[in-house]
Amino acid sequence: MKEIKIVTKDLNLYYGNKQALKNITLNIPDKRVTAFIGPSGCGKSTFLRVLNRMNDLIDNVRIEGEVSVDGVNIYDKNIDVVNLRKNIGMVFQKSNLFPKTIYENIVYGPKINGINDKKTLNEIVERTCVQSAIWDEVKDRLNENALSLSGGQQQRLCIARALAVEPEIILMDEPASALDPISTAKIEELIHDLKQRYTIVIVTHNMQQAARVSDMTAFFYLGELIEYDRTTKIFTNPSKKQTEDYVTGRFG
Amino acid sequence: MLALHKKKRDFVGTISMWIVRIMFFSLVLALLLLLGKIITQGIGTISFEFIFDDPKNNMTEGGIWPAIFGTISVTFIMILLAVPLGVCSAIYLNEYAKDTFFNRIIRTSINNLAGIPSIVFGLFGLGFFILFIGRGMDEVLETGLLFGQPALIWASATLAVLVLPIVIVSTLEALNSVPKSHRDASYGLGATKWQTIKNVVLPQARPGILTGTILAVSRGAGETAPILFLGAAFFLPNLPVTDLCIGDYCIPMINPAKQFMYLAYHIFILATQSSNPTKTLPIQYGSTLVLIVLTFLLNITAIIFRYRFRKSLGRL
Repeated sequence: MKEIKIVTKDLNLYYGNKQALKNITLNIPDKRVTAFIGPSGCGKSTFLRVLNRMNDLIDNVRIEGEVSVDGVNIYDKNIDVVNLRKNIGMVFQKSNLFPKTIYENIVYGPKINGINDKKTLNEIVERTCVQSAIWDEVKDRLNENALSLSGGQQQRLCIARALAVEPEIILMDEPASALDPISTAKIEELIHDLKQRYTIVIVTHNMQQAARVSDMTAFFYLGELIEYDRTTKIFTNPSKKQTEDYVTGRFG
Repeated sequence: MLALHKKKRDFVGTISMWIVRIMFFSLVLALLLLLGKIITQGIGTISFEFIFDDPKNNMTEGGIWPAIFGTISVTFIMILLAVPLGVCSAIYLNEYAKDTFFNRIIRTSINNLAGIPSIVFGLFGLGFFILFIGRGMDEVLETGLLFGQPALIWASATLAVLVLPIVIVSTLEALNSVPKSHRDASYGLGATKWQTIKNVVLPQARPGILTGTILAVSRGAGETAPILFLGAAFFLPNLPVTDLCIGDYCIPMINPAKQFMYLAYHIFILATQSSNPTKTLPIQYGSTLVLIVLTFLLNITAIIFRYRFRKSLGRL
């Protein structure tokens, strides 16, 4: 197996008194795609948000256990959350582009990180748009409102925006669940290209998608990690009965 | 068989619809009558002299320029005081304050503040701004009786307090309406809380904040009771203006220490203390029309700004 990028150990998460994640221990490999699957409410999205500390923004959340990225405990007191999130980009379920121009959306991240040089910013825009396979569609309309793009384009632009801050890890929370099949295919192709350079963690409802894009798959159920293995193994020869029932569509 | 025929009419529905409809049209009618009366009676009085002249002959002749100027000045300074204070308070309440018992009391109090009769604000202004702050400043700075007397600044300050709940509540709503997903996007890109507020939340909240400002202007410009004790003069043809000189170069500036005339108050005294009601009646109508048009113009300005902001957000 490749090098390990993210490690979680005995991770428990509580919303108030309700426990949402139970003893999750998991190693996520570097420059690979890891998929989290499971029925709604199983904790897969919550777990994804643990990895870049987005749960910090919610009141009443308590986390126990350890999460480390490149061997550094990201829940340590000395960790700068803002810096952490620069290194771990996130793409959300629904496109959440700002009501600004396409150009401004991409340079938002670099700008808040202090990059103001016009030429550098232009380069970033071109590079990230090419990387996220949207350059040809937007290069002539960079100054148009980003919300005028189609749903699929918006989602790819969200990926471009996430790439602009040069993260090492990209978390994707059901990035294609609101898209049509063609746009979904484009996103999947894109994920395939991006894993050459980035560690990708993707949450998905769509099992065919998990099977198509990921190298590793984790199956969550009721806040527990039931099984975690190579994607081929999970989908062809799972060790646990529950996993088999889920991937074959018998429940979920 | 499917019951496809309309068997009987929905009587309750029809009656309800008519009640609602009649209510609505009686409101429109009342508004039209009111405006119609003021416009038809007032329009004859309006002239260049009426607007730009001083009141003359015990207010039975002449114009109302000092009152117009006073109203604009007071409202202008009121906005300068109320908007920054209100917007900052709302940002604190919505973005930083935790949801504690104490903070909930504050939120409720702000809403209740909007329901306090305006005369109470007037007395508060007299007691707090003039007697406490003003006299206090006089004592500390040994300026005799300079600050501790009715003046434009105290009237503006009191009106600012009066309209604060409006500004705060509409700003709170505007901040609240910014989707959480946009904040998440910003945090996800490594923005700090303040960067997120400044770059994502506030630009989107701007139209809503302007709506609050519009409402505040309309409310403030129309108030009479609070400014009774705070510097509104019965008759004062001198504008509250002083030349501000830097070297030899002088520009006239609003002097916040002076007293002023106020349109709403002017209408009140024309109606109650006139020496010759037959002669002042048309002036009253004219003044009322001017006040309405003035508030309308101030509103239009703010609406144009709001339209521009919305357009820049692509929300139209």
